[in-house]
Parts: sequence; structure tokens; C-alpha cells
Amino acid sequence: MSAPEEVDRLESIARDLRRSVLAMLAQAGSGHSAGPLGMAEIIAVMYFHTLRHDPARPDDPDRDIFILSHGHTAPILYAAMAHAGYFPTDELMTLRRLGSRLQGHPERTALPGLETTSGPLGCGLSQGAGIAYVSEHLDRSRKRFVYVAMGDGELNEGNIWEAAMFAAKYRLGNLIGLVDRNYIQIDGRTEEVMPLDDLAAKWRAFGWHTIETDGNSVSGLLAALGEARAVSDRPSAIIAHTVPGRGVDFMEYDYRWHGKPPTKDQALSAIDALEADARR
Amino acid sequence: MSAFPTISSIEDPAHEPIRFGFGRGLVRAGAADDRVVALCADLTESTQMHAFKERFPERFIEVGVAEQNLVTVASGMARAGRIPFTSSYAAFSPGRNWEQIKTTACLNDQPVKIVGSHTGLNVGPDGATHQMLEDIALMRVLPNMVVVAPGDSIEAEKATMALASNGSPGYLRLARDPTPIFTTDESPFTLGRAYVIRAGTDLSLLGTGTMTFELLVAAEVLDRTGVHAEVLHVPTVKPLDARTILASAAKTGLVVTAEEAQVAGGFGSAVAELLSAELPTRLVRLGVEDRFGESGRPRELLEKFGLTGEHIAARVQAVVTVGRK
Ligand SMILES: [Mg+2]
Repeated sequence: MSAPEEVDRLESIARDLRRSVLAMLAQAGSGHSAGPLGMAEIIAVMYFHTLRHDPARPDDPDRDIFILSHGHTAPILYAAMAHAGYFPTDELMTLRRLGSRLQGHPERTALPGLETTSGPLGCGLSQGAGIAYVSEHLDRSRKRFVYVAMGDGELNEGNIWEAAMFAAKYRLGNLIGLVDRNYIQIDGRTEEVMPLDDLAAKWRAFGWHTIETDGNSVSGLLAALGEARAVSDRPSAIIAHTVPGRGVDFMEYDYRWHGKPPTKDQALSAIDALEADARR
Repeated sequence: MSAFPTISSIEDPAHEPIRFGFGRGLVRAGAADDRVVALCADLTESTQMHAFKERFPERFIEVGVAEQNLVTVASGMARAGRIPFTSSYAAFSPGRNWEQIKTTACLNDQPVKIVGSHTGLNVGPDGATHQMLEDIALMRVLPNMVVVAPGDSIEAEKATMALASNGSPGYLRLARDPTPIFTTDESPFTLGRAYVIRAGTDLSLLGTGTMTFELLVAAEVLDRTGVHAEVLHVPTVKPLDARTILASAAKTGLVVTAEEAQVAGGFGSAVAELLSAELPTRLVRLGVEDRFGESGRPRELLEKFGLTGEHIAARVQAVVTVGRK
């Protein structure tokens, strides 16, 4: 399994990314808090462990693909890209500003390293499936993995299930879906807005290899990704149970933090809370 | 004077469905460039993708009855370096998946080609649900999108080839039932160009898609009454060939547009926007006016909606007469 030092390293990166996200949101004065914070371990593992990528060559034809389908969680993606070296970390403070490359929702043509334009929900899995199809069936010289992160509220969209059928039919074993299962969406708790459970059974019924894990556990994610990558005859769905607002005690589990940023004072106390969390 | 050869006589022209030209063009595009792939939503033969499927089975992808998935999978394939043509009935694509087209093809700037077969009243007996009349309006408001309504099957073949290599998102408007062939293999086709196909002095008749042939008929009828109409064929609705249209409008001072689509937001509206901003000119827009279609034979429907050459001539005659009072 993964060495404890590697887990420590990735956990430490996830904390750095959370700090950046809080500072970015407070500076921007708008944006989503809970989702990006809950996604920190998933994104840290992707950009600092699992993805084959080179920030100096964002168009490298042999790179793996990562798509953030629920684009409203963009701050955590931008934070990871900056910390990985795609662009200077100073630029993170331009989030959502006029002229910034860091658009409110990811815009591919604005920032090298983004694979798609996203935000309107439900489209990312299909695009990932399209890329995976080319790699699997049309250009076999380039074996690449395609990872698509999705929100759980996003699974209300029919387009997702159209893509799920497509990926299973064409046996896209190189396609891995990561469901950010935090049980919240804008209007409230997912099971009240539009019930999703039994979510794993749904993906299995659609022909996917399905894995459930603690999405805030680096070791859990590493194990799940290892298992998913070993499955070659079907796409895999990792249902990553995350805590919305993870790491900031006054945000955790509270859906009201889905779509709003902290004030500057709240961000400062949230960063303190992160430090305390690190010592816990 | 015309640099656009058309058939020598409009009496008794050959007919062929416009979609057939797309089917041939797609095979040619696929032979010319192995990046071309074709995706269909369970209408492979109807949309004429079957020839491509037979010739290049490994590059044909069936997505089932799922038009949102159709264009978003295509967007991913474009990201992976492919040139995807997607096809369905226009009522469903772009009728059902407009936001996906906007976000994942246009804003994302990927060369996804939306091929809408079965547009206009030409769909006939299937009725209003399947007669796509709003597609021109829906597609032409999208940044980066190129919108093409070929006049016949020969031109559709050329348009398909052109869209395969232009590097941008594109919309290709096809029709189901046979329509007259009025262009020739030698007729030019360039994206973004309009063509004067009959010279005249008294008014400008501007047609897109199936309506251009009806305008040629109308011009012939008008000619016998001493009204000399210039006929412009405008296969590319976006980007509009402003120079050619403005030159004709400046010459004649009266413009009539015709389309087998809703006038609101459609081709006539595009011309209205151009003229009102650049050269205010008297304008009559013919098409479907804020109502839905219905079942019937295509020709019967064109008659009912006043869009045959003879009907158009009569409507234009009334306008010209009023104008002369
Ligand atoms: Mg959620």
C-alpha cells in the first residue's frame, strides 16, 4: 500500500490547497466554499500523485486527462494547478476578476491545462467518455486514463446517465468517475432535493465497476484509484464520501456554505481552524 | 454575368433529398481526413450516415437516443483531436441539446459539427413536432458557430467538406424529402459567401436552403410581368456575406427574404439586422410567422404557408404594386 510518508505529504498538500481556496474566495467575494474544501484530498491525490501530467507541457499528447465536471468547485482545481506549477500562485488572487484567466467556472480557452469548459452540470462525464473512447478504440498508441470528478447533486442530470450507458457499452476501462458524495446541493440535502441512494447500486446497474471510499482519506482514495485503474473491461465509479466544508468547523456539513464565500474575517478564522485540524 | 452556374432551365429540375448530399460529403470528408468521425443518435440511415458507417466502421459511433450525450461525447472526441460530425433530426439536435452545444462546443471552442436533418415544413406528414423551424435562430446566436443551409444536395456535399476542414463548431441544415437541384458541380461554395445567381434591377430576392429554388421560380413569374428580380443564394446564414447583400440592396432598394423556418430570429432577421444597421432598406421577410407546422405533404404545406415560387411571386407583386403607388 502507500507509504505513510506519501500519505502525510498528500495530506499536507490538501491543507495548503484549502488555505489557498479560503484566501481566494475571501478575496473574490463570491464563489462556492463547501464543495472545494471537501474536494481537497481528491484534487491533491489527482494532481500530486495519480495523474500523469507535466505542467510545463499542458498539451502533452501522452498526458492523462482530468475533468472537473461540477465546475463550481473550480477554486480547488485552480489552487492545485498553481501549486503544481501551471501558473504562479499569486495569480490565484485574481479569481473571478475582470480579465482573469481564473474564470468563475473553468473556461478551457482561458487557461492552459484546463481540459474542458464546465459549470453547467452533467456534461463532463460525456466529454471524458469521448476522450476515453478515442484512446481506447481509435488511437491505441496513446494509453491514457481519463478521470472525471462530478458532484452528487449533478447526478440529477439525465446527461450523466446517458454517458454512463455509453461508457459501459463501449467498455471504457480507462474512464474513472469520481463522485464527490457530500450529500448537499444548492437547495439542501441531496436526499431531500432528489434522492440518489443507493448510489453504488445505480452505477453497478449501469454496468460500472463501483467502489466506495472515504473521499477525505488519502489512503482510501489511493486504494480506490489503484483498484479502478486495474479494471480494464469496464469504466469505474469511485463514490468518494466527502464532508462539505471539510477542515473548517463552522462550514462542515452545512449546505448554506454551498454557494457563498467566507468574509475576510471568516477566512482568517477558517485558516486558524485548518491549523488546529492539522494538529488534531 | 453570373459567376455561379445554375441549371440551364428551372422547368422540370431533377430532385434529390438534401441529406443525400451530406451522406456523400461525409464519406469524402472521411476519406480525405482520418480524424473525421461520425456519431449518430439512432437515426443512421435517416440522416444518411450509413454510407460512412459502411466505409469506416471503426470511425462510426452509435450513441443511442441521447442527443445531449451525442454532442458532449463529440466535444470530448474533438478535445482528443478528432473532427466529429453528429447527426439526428434537427428537432432533437439542436432542438434538445442547445445548452450542451453552447457550453461544450462553442464556448469550449471545439470543432463539433451539428447536422440537423429533417428541417422545415419539408418533413411533411410527421407534423409539427418533427418540423424543425427554430434551428436557424437557435444556432446563429451562438458565438463561434457557423450556420449553413445548403440549397440542394449537390451543395450539401460541398458544405460538408467545407465544414470538415474549417476548424470551428458548425451547424448543417438538411431536409428529408427530395427538393429541386439547381446548383451544379461547378457552382462555387465557400463558407460565408452569398451568390448572385440571377441578375436583376427591381428588387433583391434572398433565399437560404430550399427557398432559393422557389425564388428562382418567383423571379421567372415576376419577369413575365415586367418586374426584374435579382436572386441571391445565401447558404451561409452565419457569418452573413454583408458585402454581397448590401451591394444588391443598394442597387434595387427592396429586399425580400425567404426561408423554410421561423422568420423570428431566423435568416430574415439576420438580414434585417444587417440592413437596419448598415443600409436601411425596405424589407419583406417570408417564412413561417410565429406558428407551428402541421401534417401534410411537403408541397401542400409550402402552398398553405405561401412559400412556393408562385405564391412568393404573388406576394412580391402586391408589395411592388403598393410601392409604386
Ligand atoms: Mg454535492
